[in-house]
Amino acid sequence: MFPKPPSLGKVLIFWQSWWDTQEKEGILPERAEEAKLKAKYPSLGQKPGGSDFLMKRLQKGQKYFDSGDYNMAKAKMKNKQLPSAGPDKNLVTGDHIPTPQDLPQRKSSLVTSKLAG
Amino acid sequence: MRKLFAFLSVFPTLKDLMWEIDWSDIISTVEFNHSGELLATGDKGGRVVIFQQEQENKIQSHSRGEYNVYSTFQSHEPEFDYLKSLEIEEKINKIRWLPQKNAAQFLLSTNDKTIKLWKISERDKRPEGYNLKEEDGRYRDPTTVTTLRVPVFRPMDLMVEASPRRIFANAHTYHINSISINSDYETYLSADDLRINLWHLEITDRSFNIVDIKPANMEELTEVITAAEFHPNSCNTFVYSSSKGTIRLCDMRASALCDRHSKLFEEPEDPSNRSFFSEIISSISDVKFSHSGRYMMTRDYLSVKIWDLNMENRPVETYQVHEYLRSKLCSLYENDCIFDKFECCWNGSDSVVMTGSYNNFFRMFDRNTKRDITLEASRENNKPRTVLKPRKVCASGKRKKDEISVDSLDFNKKILHTAWHPKENIIAVATTNNLYIFQDKVN
Repeated sequence: MFPKPPSLGKVLIFWQSWWDTQEKEGILPERAEEAKLKAKYPSLGQKPGGSDFLMKRLQKGQKYFDSGDYNMAKAKMKNKQLPSAGPDKNLVTGDHIPTPQDLPQRKSSLVTSKLAG
Repeated sequence: MRKLFAFLSVFPTLKDLMWEIDWSDIISTVEFNHSGELLATGDKGGRVVIFQQEQENKIQSHSRGEYNVYSTFQSHEPEFDYLKSLEIEEKINKIRWLPQKNAAQFLLSTNDKTIKLWKISERDKRPEGYNLKEEDGRYRDPTTVTTLRVPVFRPMDLMVEASPRRIFANAHTYHINSISINSDYETYLSADDLRINLWHLEITDRSFNIVDIKPANMEELTEVITAAEFHPNSCNTFVYSSSKGTIRLCDMRASALCDRHSKLFEEPEDPSNRSFFSEIISSISDVKFSHSGRYMMTRDYLSVKIWDLNMENRPVETYQVHEYLRSKLCSLYENDCIFDKFECCWNGSDSVVMTGSYNNFFRMFDRNTKRDITLEASRENNKPRTVLKPRKVCASGKRKKDEISVDSLDFNKKILHTAWHPKENIIAVATTNNLYIFQDKVN
């Protein structure tokens, strides 16, 4: 004889609990990831990732240096130390004046590529 | 997949790899020429290295020619635009070969701002027996010349010279992401974030703007151009992709300025699935026409899509490259990997497409059999003719033996650039600073 099939009620209960598990694990993993990100950075803009990145992309390579500011700062702060650059030397913030020492040291690329042996 | 790929070569060939990765060694583009005999790479240091396949008659019948270094030169150098306070990287963004017309080879290479046409020519003879010059080049005193002779050409060791023939500069305010040579072999386009320009290969002081999506007010900027390519057969047709996941096809016969597209390819999105990441991961990082010209392929962060040029409302095929990353988007956003720009390529018969991933994995999708494979570019497999073993990433749950879990993937080992020989099953795969060449196993 064939085994008795489970009753409809049991099937529905099983289905509901499977669905709940899926929801918890995230049928939409993207949404779960978004929630994680918003929890870490609550001030993240309301608009979806878009124009902030675009503007940053368009401004790639921009370096700011004002010789007037630099010399004035040097003169004013003869005794004190110039506020040094933070970890990201390319970002100019606050009182920090970019100095030649801050510029990332560029190694000469006029050396043959290692691919060429 | 019936095809089995085996290791052929890796560059640099040095076995001792103790050096740190110098930023200038990072490979930024890989491209076969039209015959497949030459393979060019560009790097962040502005250098181009060209490899040449060994010729048929020199090799044994059971193997195809290996690639050896043919030429290397400094294409671009770092610059500083003092007026705009802008640092211009020497990184080679793209290399495109011209079809061969004579003994010399020509290629276009570009960094963020300037495109250059390079001529690569061979010299294997030199003139000897001048009347007024010694062999070392010093001039002879004419009064000592008593007889005349005709100089002759004598063979010399092969020398490969690269010389810049044209420099196409000052036409791009934003950063060049693509160059594409027209099928008329006389013109080419260059695309930056907001504009596309049309050039004639002979004319460097003039270029026509054919697409301009810069808004009058930059605050209204919502999308940028990410890639552009000319149609392989129709010289009036080109496409460009955007950061919003759309592709526009333009016909240059319609108007001088192609701001209005002829076709707009866009897959409708279910608004209920939208998240913070949706737009970022839909940004198209590469667009490539099939050799036939009937289809085009786009690469976004998680997938490869094949579009039929006759159907705009959705792709005809979609292949998931690494869907398991969807549940890692938060950390991929934090470490900036979500902005990685992967390229994609077709094989010569348009039956297989290939793209890179993380952990030095790369993926191939067979359009006919619908089978896919994941392979790894690693020096562990570098005995010649070693067949590559398929890899598998375990997304969740119990990891089988030989599988690698998502959390163990190395996101610093990215394969962004791959290329497929136009005629044979030979592929070039670039890891961060190594170039691997694989060929299919010939039994």
